[in-house]
Amino acid sequence: MQKASLTKASKRLYTYKFLLPAGIIYFVLFLLPTIMSFFFSMTRWDLVEWDFIGFDNYKTFFSESSLNIGFRNTLIYAVVTCGLKVILGLLLGVALTSGLRIKGYLRSVVFFPTLLSTIAVGIAFSSMMHPSQGLINKSLALAGIVGPDWLGDTSIALLSVAFVDVWKGVGMATVIFIAGIMSIPEDYYEALQIDGGNAWDRFWHITNPLVAPAMNSVIILSFIGGLRSFDLVWAMTKGGPGFSTDLIASIIYKQYQGGFYGLSTAGNVILFIGVSLLAFPLLKLLSKREVDL
Amino acid sequence: MRLKGTKRITLETIAVILSIVIFWVPFFFVILNSLKNKTDAALLDLSWPSSIQWSNYTEVLTAQDHMVIRSFINSTLITLLSIVVLIIVSAMTGYVLQRRNDRWSGIIQFLVMAGLMIPPAVVPTIWVLDSIHLFKTMTGIVLVEVALGISFAVMLFRSFMATIPREIDEAAVVDGCGSLRMFFQIIFPLLMPVTSTVVVLSSVGIYNDFVNPLYFFPGAKNATIQLTLYNFTSMYNTSWNLLFADIILISIPPLILFIFFNKRIVAGMTAGAVKG
Repeated sequence: MQKASLTKASKRLYTYKFLLPAGIIYFVLFLLPTIMSFFFSMTRWDLVEWDFIGFDNYKTFFSESSLNIGFRNTLIYAVVTCGLKVILGLLLGVALTSGLRIKGYLRSVVFFPTLLSTIAVGIAFSSMMHPSQGLINKSLALAGIVGPDWLGDTSIALLSVAFVDVWKGVGMATVIFIAGIMSIPEDYYEALQIDGGNAWDRFWHITNPLVAPAMNSVIILSFIGGLRSFDLVWAMTKGGPGFSTDLIASIIYKQYQGGFYGLSTAGNVILFIGVSLLAFPLLKLLSKREVDL
Repeated sequence: MRLKGTKRITLETIAVILSIVIFWVPFFFVILNSLKNKTDAALLDLSWPSSIQWSNYTEVLTAQDHMVIRSFINSTLITLLSIVVLIIVSAMTGYVLQRRNDRWSGIIQFLVMAGLMIPPAVVPTIWVLDSIHLFKTMTGIVLVEVALGISFAVMLFRSFMATIPREIDEAAVVDGCGSLRMFFQIIFPLLMPVTSTVVVLSSVGIYNDFVNPLYFFPGAKNATIQLTLYNFTSMYNTSWNLLFADIILISIPPLILFIFFNKRIVAGMTAGAVKG
């Protein structure tokens, strides 16, 4: 009796009416457009009137080489940026929780680019990657190396942009790894020391398995971030040269600019499905290897 | 890890040199060249300016009828308004979602978290904004920023609510507080630490946002600070000095936040990521 009345009281106290302001904004400007995108992706559309054309937009997206190059590029971009952020982030995380006296300084320096404007970073690096004038190639020339045309060569332009993405984003991965490493109890390391393990054992048998939750966060965050990436590529190459750095998100923008709203929306739905198909299994797979403390 | 004498000093020296080459050189490069004249800056090198031109900064600020200043005001307004709305609605949501534990709260929880992964559907959002007459308006972009920031903010508020004991709510109810008053007078002040984290993180995100203003707030009069910088790349495509001066101006607000809230930012980002 007592319990039932308490739950009733708490239902009144924690009323779902509190969710209305957030719920309305979130529904109208996020969920509703997402649901409608499935319909509008099957239309030819000028924002006022639409013709239903079935799967034609999808067929165009998959058959036109200037559009479907985006799938390959986006996947490469996400895998490269995610992989480098995990490796470099973990190395930096281990280094910055070790006995170095300057770790406070290093943490700040590595983290600061995360807060900068992506457009500003893109512009600054474009100028440093200039083939003849740029700082990078001039430095390489001092060592007698002829540097490539970082953003003008179709075979490496995408990787150059991915490199800048890592420069800007590795700080985020690093602080997540630092938090993960710091949460590992010191006892484990002490036990290993008694057993006579070296630095490699410390890393491989303790840090590596126990940092799994942090690593999963980094993988998921940076992989999804990579799949959805747009502004850095747009600031540095606008998808060029040719279509060699076009990502799905930049193709969505180009089609929108061109007035192909249905086609643009089809790109959005493909990205939505792609992110879900890749991210959810990844989430499951990764949570299996988490070790409970 | 215990490191000894010379080994530690060697490692530290290497680390400092690497950090200078990888992180400081780009900053010096942009600052130095923002102070050069046009011809010197076109060389894109690290030489000291032959004459220091502070006038580059005034030129950027006054160009095109004070476009940069107007866009600074726009960006500041959008950021402030979005943060206020975001904090209020997300705190209320996080509070109820954490306190209730039934079938509905699970479904709502799932929908909220989906927002962290799913890319927003761009053109349908424009269509919705247009139908409610908010496309290209300040209100429209503010509501979009709130809608796309809710998931992250609710996640932080919800996990922080778990640290506030239910007994506080119950005591307040015994004292005769209504649910809304109870929340804003008793609970909301207790959420201060996580509120400040959300304020700092979301304001950096919204201030630096390029994509949403590009789609939902277009037009020369409406420019936000990131759109102005982007437009300058074609306007000043041979004047690197002015472009770099603009970059420095734009980077000042995040730099100030970083100096004052460094610890708070890092704590917030990791709290969300590691527990989540």
